[in-house]
Amino acid sequence: MATVSLKKLTKRYGSIEIVHGIDLDIADREFIALVGPSGCGKSTTLRMIAGLEEISAGSIGIGGRVVNDLPPRSRNISMVFQSYALYPHMTVRENLGFSLKIAGAAKDEMDRRVAEASAILGLDALLDRRPSQLSGGQRQRVAMGRAIVRDPDVFLFDEPLSNLDAKLRTQMRTEIKKLHAKVQSTVIYVTHDQVEAMTLADRIVIMRDGYIEQVGTPDEVFRRPATRFVAGFIGSPPMNLNEATVDGGQLVFASGARLPLPAQFKANVTAGDKVVFGLRPDDIYPTGHGLSSGDATAVHQIELPITVTEPLGNETLVFVEFNGSDWVSRMLNPRPLRSGERVAMSLDLSQAHLFATDTGKTLRS
Amino acid sequence: MDENSSARLKRRLLGIVYRIGLFLAMLTICLPGLWIVLSSLRPTVEIMAKPPVWIPQQISFDAYVAMFSGIGKGGIPVIEYFRNSLIISVTSTVIAVAIGMAGGYAFARYRFRGKSGVFLGLMLTRTVPGIALSLPLFFLYVRLGIIDTHFGLILAYVALNVPFTIWLIDGFFRQVPKDLAEAAQIDGCTRWQAFWQVEFPLAGPGIASAAIFAFLTCWNEFALASQLTRSVSAKTLPVGLLDYTAEFTIDWRGMCALAVVMIIPALTLTYIVQKHLVGGLTSGAVKG
Repeated sequence: MATVSLKKLTKRYGSIEIVHGIDLDIADREFIALVGPSGCGKSTTLRMIAGLEEISAGSIGIGGRVVNDLPPRSRNISMVFQSYALYPHMTVRENLGFSLKIAGAAKDEMDRRVAEASAILGLDALLDRRPSQLSGGQRQRVAMGRAIVRDPDVFLFDEPLSNLDAKLRTQMRTEIKKLHAKVQSTVIYVTHDQVEAMTLADRIVIMRDGYIEQVGTPDEVFRRPATRFVAGFIGSPPMNLNEATVDGGQLVFASGARLPLPAQFKANVTAGDKVVFGLRPDDIYPTGHGLSSGDATAVHQIELPITVTEPLGNETLVFVEFNGSDWVSRMLNPRPLRSGERVAMSLDLSQAHLFATDTGKTLRS
Repeated sequence: MDENSSARLKRRLLGIVYRIGLFLAMLTICLPGLWIVLSSLRPTVEIMAKPPVWIPQQISFDAYVAMFSGIGKGGIPVIEYFRNSLIISVTSTVIAVAIGMAGGYAFARYRFRGKSGVFLGLMLTRTVPGIALSLPLFFLYVRLGIIDTHFGLILAYVALNVPFTIWLIDGFFRQVPKDLAEAAQIDGCTRWQAFWQVEFPLAGPGIASAAIFAFLTCWNEFALASQLTRSVSAKTLPVGLLDYTAEFTIDWRGMCALAVVMIIPALTLTYIVQKHLVGGLTSGAVKG
């Protein structure tokens, strides 16, 4: 059990800087997810914490101990790789016990801990098989088992679910969550899948181009995204984002369409400001088919043409045309709709977001 | 005839043609070997007969008996040659594989300046025919006083084999996923332990095949050995074959018998090791 702290952590390959001096403090037993698009530096950061990648500047502390130059084996961490990285020439039992064998543990101690891990993950029937005889989900579990056996201070996960099919991924996600509840370790989990990050993590770190964009609980990054990038990255379907200009009490879009300026931003913008307006699919819905935030005065009514509908059973994603682009809206208690039909839409502007066009930062105070 | 039966017939015919083709190919490969074995068992008259006698009329093991009978009775120091061949081949193979593992691993895993240049340079050394080296090597060895020694020949063979073993082993290490060594390091291994516990066993079949190739190259090499050795204390089996040539005659039967003696260990070794050359051992390590 340990805290992890990154201070001005930097990675350079030659003259190219990949990670630009990031700071992050992770509490003991916290589940942290690093998310971002590919190439954002999240995996590099994880590998630096693991000791598989040298750090160019800054420092890494695990449990209050600076580990900058320690080899991976001295950091008391364990890691689950995207490729699982099981040793193909060893049985599942040998894979699980490998770290103990290297550490010179006694035979009965080894058997006991392998049995423990195998019981937690339901691997008992597979112990004498080789990795090539296992399915993807089973390999994934063995990889996690191997991590548990070490009883590490920190678990590192590097996109562990991305090789699994959608159904298995959901299932393993739940298992990882249960596992964390059971072993109570600090977890750093890298993924490009924001759904995984939202469902698993206590706090989410959103990275982009080697910088941290925002750190916050799933609720914070969803409801109060600090930047336009976070707003677009978190949430599925993604937030509808359109550029506009502030004109008195209104937002003027490129097509000439206008919306009232959301009240919560009035103090922070002046006429002529270029802004990006954002509204989640949940906050725009065919009138009478959505969740109201409770502030009825902030709901703006507008009639918009439907381009496409995607029925999902309990709800329908309705794409409506606004300002020349498709906006996604979520329709609850759906009724059949036709393309081209004009429907009355409710826009809950109390939930709207505004970002500065140039910096991308939120205009919320 | 309906479509199905004609398709079936066509498939059967193709199968037969395929088998005949395979038989001819195998015949081409195996016939010289078979001819050597036959020639070692039949009298010179039959060997030299024109047109050739395909089925031997009389079989005798005289050549083999004579070979081991000692000097003066048609024998040659075959035990000494065998010993020389074994010492030189095994030692140079072990050294070439050790260097090949180190080099191959470095090429497969590390980035360093001039990597592709060095690699190309190593490969280029293989383009020089061994025989072209024999004269310069001869002079050099004479000056150094290592002519006609095990050491001299081992040195030459190591140099000959290293580029090849590096190239082959490099390829096998590349197939071992990097993640495995990293996982081993996180599991508590040093870099060195990770290599021996994980990467080496997985590249094992490849290293074994590199070893076989290196061994056979040394075992069968003639050109350099014939230049760099001259006495019983260093001559290898291929050079020993020359003992059967006299000023005016060549004892083809004896030569073939010695060739058979030479082939047997090489064949046995290859047979033993090839069982262990199981491919696909790394399947299941990563993804599915």
